Amino acid sequence: MNGSNTPTCEELNDSYELYALGVLEGDDDSSKHAGIEAHLAGGCETCKRGVAGAGALNVGIMSLVDLESPRARVKRRLLASVGLERSGWGWVWALAAAGLLILSLWLGVQERNRAEELADARKTLLLVQGQRDRLTQAMQFLADPQTRPASFGGAQTAPPRGYVFVHPQLGVLLIASNLPPAGAGKTYEMWVIPKGGAPRPAGLFQSDGSGGMHILGGPVDLAMLGAVAVTLEPAAGSAAPTSTPIIVAPVG
Amino acid sequence: MPVAFYCGVLYGVLQVVMRAAGDSGLIHRLQSRDPKALSELYDRYGRLVYSLILRIVRNPSLAEDLVQETFLRIWNRAGSFDAERGVIGSWVLTVARNRAIDHLRSTDGRMQSGAVDLEKLENLARFATFDVDALALDRQKRLKTAFQKLTPNQRQVIDLAYFEGLSQTEMSERLKQPLGTVKTWTRSALKVLRDELAGVATA
Repeated sequence: MNGSNTPTCEELNDSYELYALGVLEGDDDSSKHAGIEAHLAGGCETCKRGVAGAGALNVGIMSLVDLESPRARVKRRLLASVGLERSGWGWVWALAAAGLLILSLWLGVQERNRAEELADARKTLLLVQGQRDRLTQAMQFLADPQTRPASFGGAQTAPPRGYVFVHPQLGVLLIASNLPPAGAGKTYEMWVIPKGGAPRPAGLFQSDGSGGMHILGGPVDLAMLGAVAVTLEPAAGSAAPTSTPIIVAPVG
Repeated sequence: MPVAFYCGVLYGVLQVVMRAAGDSGLIHRLQSRDPKALSELYDRYGRLVYSLILRIVRNPSLAEDLVQETFLRIWNRAGSFDAERGVIGSWVLTVARNRAIDHLRSTDGRMQSGAVDLEKLENLARFATFDVDALALDRQKRLKTAFQKLTPNQRQVIDLAYFEGLSQTEMSERLKQPLGTVKTWTRSALKVLRDELAGVATA
């Protein structure tokens, strides 16, 4: 120590490393720490160079550790925090987003398929309901004592053959067997022909190949009805027959 | 002998010049907030920083967190670094050690009122006065050689000071040795290392 209480550079020079490490503390080391601080604050070149050299020695000693490698995600996380790369979880989110997109597309397709299936089922239901209604009507025709039957085609060498039933309130019921399909763009049209009058349209119907059934609902003047006929017409139907009748059933 | 000596000196000088030139450009880019410079800095020092921190905290997961903290600290404070004079590697390692020792002190309850504030040791002006490249390969080789010369007691006090952040008083308590003995071990160990770097033959 010199005359004042501040240690000299020579007294401090073996403490520069501990000072630069931040471990120069406790007991008389605290006074050395304060001494170095005072020398540095006073612009002491010796202590300044000494501390710098000690710092370099310290870093050298620190660098002698056995080298280990951190996981790659440390760098990813660091760079993500300064906006250079996405964080390590980025790919998970991207994968999740892609998965959600695929799932939503798949659900959309499933939804569309279900809607189409539902529409088909509704159509089938309506068809079955229509057939059931026609059968119910036919049963009413057949069960009512006022119904009068008339057959047709019995003398023909080629089918179709069948029956026509007429009823004053229920109308006309046509049941034909062996009636071929009408074909593309065509339909069967039933006509009611008054005695001495022109044929009047009585509705369109199709045949599944084995036969067909058609009902003209509503009251019919049996006294005036002469015959029931069927022709093959364009799909929209005609106001007057345009072809030779396939079926002609006299009613009288 | 003279030829080998001059080749060694020339190699050392070239290494310092090249590293300093590389550091200077890197520091300028860090100061202009170029994230790729941080990536480059990590590639250059990340492994060493992690190894140093792991040596101190001995917990890989915690070491990784402290590595990130270290580099973010460098990123946020690079603006005040003197790119022309400083050697950034020394600063990076000092910040890394201080983060790890700070963590040890906080978990050990060693944050006492008399403890030195490690943050003050990261004063950038101090790194501007480094006139040597502390991480130069020839210096590391010399230090390794010098370490072989240390006694077990000398190595122990160096370990406790550098990698556990203990003062000589704390070492004395830990080792149950008189303070004077610990100081002798420390002083003599540092002299061996210092002299080896200075190229002075030691006894």
